[in-house]
Amino acid sequence: MSFIRLTSATKTYPPQTKGAAPVVALDDVSLEIAAGEVCGVIGYSGAGKSTLLRLLNALETPTAGTVEIDGADITRFGERQLRRLRADIGMIFQQFNLFDSRTVAGNVAYPLEVAGRPRDEIRHRVAELLDFVGLTARARAYPEQLSGGQKQRVGIARALATNPRILLADEATSALDPDTTQEVLGLLRRINRELGVTIVLITHEMEVIRSLADRVVVMEHGRVIETGPVFDILSAPQHPATARFVASVIDDVPRGDELAALRARHDGRIVTLNVTEAAAQADVFAALSAHGVRFEVVHGGINDIAGQVFGHLTLAVTGDEDAVASALVAASVYAPLIEEDTRG
Amino acid sequence: MDRLIELLPLLWDAALETLYVATAALLFGGALGLVLGMALYATRAGSLFANPVVFGILNVIVNTFRPIPFIILLLAIQPVARGIGLPGIGVPFAIFAITIASLFAISRIVEQNLLTVRPGVIEAARAAGASRSRILFRLVPREALGPLILGYTFVVVALVDMTAIAGVVAAGGLGEFAINYGSKQFNPWVTWSAVLVIVVIVQLVQFLGNGLARRVLRR
Repeated sequence: MSFIRLTSATKTYPPQTKGAAPVVALDDVSLEIAAGEVCGVIGYSGAGKSTLLRLLNALETPTAGTVEIDGADITRFGERQLRRLRADIGMIFQQFNLFDSRTVAGNVAYPLEVAGRPRDEIRHRVAELLDFVGLTARARAYPEQLSGGQKQRVGIARALATNPRILLADEATSALDPDTTQEVLGLLRRINRELGVTIVLITHEMEVIRSLADRVVVMEHGRVIETGPVFDILSAPQHPATARFVASVIDDVPRGDELAALRARHDGRIVTLNVTEAAAQADVFAALSAHGVRFEVVHGGINDIAGQVFGHLTLAVTGDEDAVASALVAASVYAPLIEEDTRG
Repeated sequence: MDRLIELLPLLWDAALETLYVATAALLFGGALGLVLGMALYATRAGSLFANPVVFGILNVIVNTFRPIPFIILLLAIQPVARGIGLPGIGVPFAIFAITIASLFAISRIVEQNLLTVRPGVIEAARAAGASRSRILFRLVPREALGPLILGYTFVVVALVDMTAIAGVVAAGGLGEFAINYGSKQFNPWVTWSAVLVIVVIVQLVQFLGNGLARRVLRR
């Protein structure tokens, strides 16, 4: 049984102006997320990912469809049940949303105070959390005295205060610089691996998905257009929108102007070798050498995605025309080769 | 000048009376304005207890009374005061009138200052499991405390102003002092002495308010 399950969830908002069509934020979205998984939802702004995330802790309620957490349909929950549910679901935000009137320790203590925990327990738990996020020394500081990365770590500690089983991350690294982003992503990875917390994150950055998620959900215009393991989506995106997101992190195939420039610089035939775990690049290069042709790597890159090798290498192959032709036929036995002139 | 020295004890009493009326009006008007302001804040679209009907009614009431010039309101509500058993002149009436006049202005100031709390902060509190009333009564006022103090400081200055105007209905204080002993007796020294005391009071209040807000905002 999946841990989080959305069934035909739809959310429409009343039109902004009278007589206009209602705004559809989510359109018939069904989704299952397993316990312990890191599920990354990617989409451009307005794709509905923010609404989707807020359905999971009932900050938004669906117009139609159901939202099940651990087997219970939370769309039927009353206010009291929802408050208990929310203690089991932490949330972090792009703008951190810390309480300016409270110290770092006070921010982390808030969910515990709300849950009515005894004072001693709160003090003990806050110390434990600040140690976990590495902010023990800043316990008495106020949010405005912290850097962005520190603020997000406070946000994370606050979200974890009540030992939730689920963490929702709303563009949690989008306001941070690259170094701090890595630091926060590392912390989230620890939370998933060490504490077993299921993480649902939304982002518009494929890099975040690539470094953290197990599974990706691609959204456009309120719909899920593609979903699957991160490696599958990155190595073989099906939908054009997905391909655009993938191209933002994996740009190893020459296109348009790049290809024209390669063509201008190199003679012979230009082919791209698809590098995967299964492909035998060494055999490809051996086959080309055996046919007495020259080749040169002119473009490409090899990536490690979720522990698997994936990438492309573009080669310029020169020599006697017939020899090149038979060399390419022989080499393509070992790995897929795509002739760049025939690429659509 | 000699006349002014003669009147100094009266000036002192007038200053105390002004402070008394302004403080009493601040307590009543400030408390009622806080309630009305929080109600406006809570019921507006997208807020914690969004309710277009209640918000619409409150909004119309505030918009109706707030723009009435105080000198006119002061005279217009004399019959109302008498209707509920208060005299139509004097200090109690002045407190009543200033409370009514200030409560609508204060409610707007409270509403606007509560709106400085970012919606994301409220969302974070809801995500943490806090109830809506807990957020409205405990978190939001605390988060907006700095701006609220500055808002109330601004209000006190307006209250001192209204207290002076209430001098025309024999409400005592520096306003009546300036009218009776200064203006009516053609003695500008006396009038200006009242002005000077009011300036001092206003400066003190502003200084205290700024200092308090700075402490709360930690800057």
